[in-house]
Amino acid sequence: MKVQNHTPTLVLTLVALSVLAIAASCLIGVTPLPMGRLMAALVGLGDPQAELIVWDIRLPRALAAFVVGMALAGCGAALQGLLRNPLAEPGVLGVSAMASLFATITIYWGFVQLSPWILPLASITGALLATGLLALIAPRVQSVVTLVLVGVGISSLAGALMSLLLNLAPNPFTLSDMMNWMMGSVANRSLEDLLLAAPFFIAGAMAIGLAAPGLRALTLGEEAASAVGLDVGRSRIWVVLGTGLLTGAAVSVAGAVGFVGIIAPHLVRPLVGHDPARTLVPAALLGGFVLVVADLIARLAPTGQELKLGVVAALIGAPIFIWIAVRRRALEADQ
Amino acid sequence: MSLKLHEASVTMQGAKLLHAVSFEVTPGKLVGLLGPNGAGKTTAVRALLGLQPLDNGQALLDGQPSSSLTPKQRALRVSYLPQARKLAWPIAVREAVSLGRFAYGGPMGRLGPADAAAVDDALTRCSLIGFEDRSVTSLSGGELARVHLARALASQAPALIADEPTAALDPGHSFDVLATLQAQARDGQAVLVVLHDLALAARFCNEIILLHHGKLVIQAPPRAALTTSTLADVYGVKATWADGQLSLSGRI
Repeated sequence: MKVQNHTPTLVLTLVALSVLAIAASCLIGVTPLPMGRLMAALVGLGDPQAELIVWDIRLPRALAAFVVGMALAGCGAALQGLLRNPLAEPGVLGVSAMASLFATITIYWGFVQLSPWILPLASITGALLATGLLALIAPRVQSVVTLVLVGVGISSLAGALMSLLLNLAPNPFTLSDMMNWMMGSVANRSLEDLLLAAPFFIAGAMAIGLAAPGLRALTLGEEAASAVGLDVGRSRIWVVLGTGLLTGAAVSVAGAVGFVGIIAPHLVRPLVGHDPARTLVPAALLGGFVLVVADLIARLAPTGQELKLGVVAALIGAPIFIWIAVRRRALEADQ
Repeated sequence: MSLKLHEASVTMQGAKLLHAVSFEVTPGKLVGLLGPNGAGKTTAVRALLGLQPLDNGQALLDGQPSSSLTPKQRALRVSYLPQARKLAWPIAVREAVSLGRFAYGGPMGRLGPADAAAVDDALTRCSLIGFEDRSVTSLSGGELARVHLARALASQAPALIADEPTAALDPGHSFDVLATLQAQARDGQAVLVVLHDLALAARFCNEIILLHHGKLVIQAPPRAALTTSTLADVYGVKATWADGQLSLSGRI
C-alpha cells in the first residue's frame, strides 16, 4: 500500500471551498434580497439595509461557524495525535460537555451579567479541567477504549449536572438561554462576540502548533517517542492547554457542537499520508467548512423553528462516528 | 561513548527489580544482555537511559548521569529501540525512519540535507530501498523490524540499545538484524542488545551480560559467560559448546 501526500493541494482547495461557503452564507438567507444588492454590500458599496444583513447578521454568523469548526476539528486532530486514537475528540471525551456545563453555571447564577469575559473564561476553565483530567488518566490506562469510556463518563456527568440546572431553572428565560448552549448554535452572534474569543483561539492554536512535531514522533508510541528525543510530558501539556483554550472558546461562541472533531481529521488523514502533524491544518479548515455548510442547512431547512447547528452536526456526525468505530475494530483485530 | 550502570538498585511496588547491578558497555563492542523472563533486562536498560528512577547507584552515559539529560540530549547520545513497537498510524516507511532524526530537527521539526542523507544511509543498511513509500501497517513482521532498526540507525548516535529486536522474527531475519548490529559495533558504536536466543547471542556478541533475579551473574565473552553450569543454574537448561557453537538440548 503506497502512502499518498497531497497536503499543499488539499490546503489550497479547502481554503477556496471555505471562502466560497462563507460568501454563499452571506448571500443566501431567509430574507430574500436581490443578489446585486448583497454583492454590493459585501464589498461595502451597498444600501444600509443590505449592509446590515450582510455585515451584522450573516457574515458574523458564518465566521462564527467557521472559527468554531476550525477550533473543534483542530482539537480533534491534536487529541487524536496525542492519544493515538481516531475516536478522540472534544465532544466524545467530554471536553465540550464540561465547557458547556461551566458556561451554563454562569448563566444560571447570572454571573454573565458581571462581565463579557465571564462566559469564555468559565467555558475554558471547564474545558481545561476535562482535558487535564484526561491527560492525567491517559498514561495510566494503556487501553484507549478505557480512555474513551472515561470521556463518556465525564460527558455524562456534565450532562447530568446540566440537566439538574435545567430542572431547577428559576425562570423560562434562563431555561432557554441554557438550552441554547446545550444544543449549540451560532445564530445572532456579532463580530464583537468573535473578537472577545479571538485571543483564546489564537493562543490555543499556537499551543497546538508547538505540539505538532511531537505528535508526529508520538506515532511511535510514548516510550519510543521519548527515545527519539521528545519531551512527552511537555507535548501533553501543550495539547491539553491548546485543546482546553480552543474548545472552551468554541463553546463560549457556539455552545456544544459535537463530532466535527472526528469527521474532519478522519477524512483528511489519508490525503496527508496519515501524519498527525500534517493532519492539523487541513482538518481544521475542513471542520470550518463543514460547520459553515451545516449552519447553512440549519438556516435554510424548511422547519417551523430554526434548526440548531449542534443538532445538524450531530445528525451528520454521529453515524460517521459509529462507522469509524466499527472499522477501527476490524483494524485492531489483525494487529 | 560508554554506557555504565554502577551499583544500580530499582524497587517497584515493593518488588526489588535490580540489586546493585554494575556493568559497562564500551564502544566497538556488541554486548548481549541476557537472562530469563523477569530477570530485569528491560528494567536495566530503562535504568541505564534514565527512564527508570534508581533507588541507589548511578546510570552514566559517557560519564554523565543519564537522569540529568533532557530527552533530546539523551537521544543524541544513545539511540534506543524499545520493545513495544506498534505504530499508531499507517505513515510511510521513510517518514517512520526519519523520526530517528527527531532530536536534530528545528523548532517545527524541519530536517535538513544531512538528516536526509542519514535516513538514506539507514534505509540502505536495513535493505529498505524500494519500500520508502509503503505504509508501515502493510509490512510483514520482518520488514517492520527492519524499519524500526533503520529508525534507530538513522540517529547516528554513538551508542545503540535495542530491547529484543529479534522478538517474533524467524531465524533468517534474526541473523540479518544481528549482522546489522555487529556491523554497527565494528564501525565503533557501543551496542547493547537484549536477547532471548542464547545461541544467537553466543554467535554474534563480543560480550555477554547475564542477569538473574535482578542480580548480575557475569559480564564476560560468550564462551566464558554462557558455560554449561551457569546456564543450568540460571535458565535450567542443558547446554553444550561444540566447535565454538552453543547448542541447547532441553530442560534439566
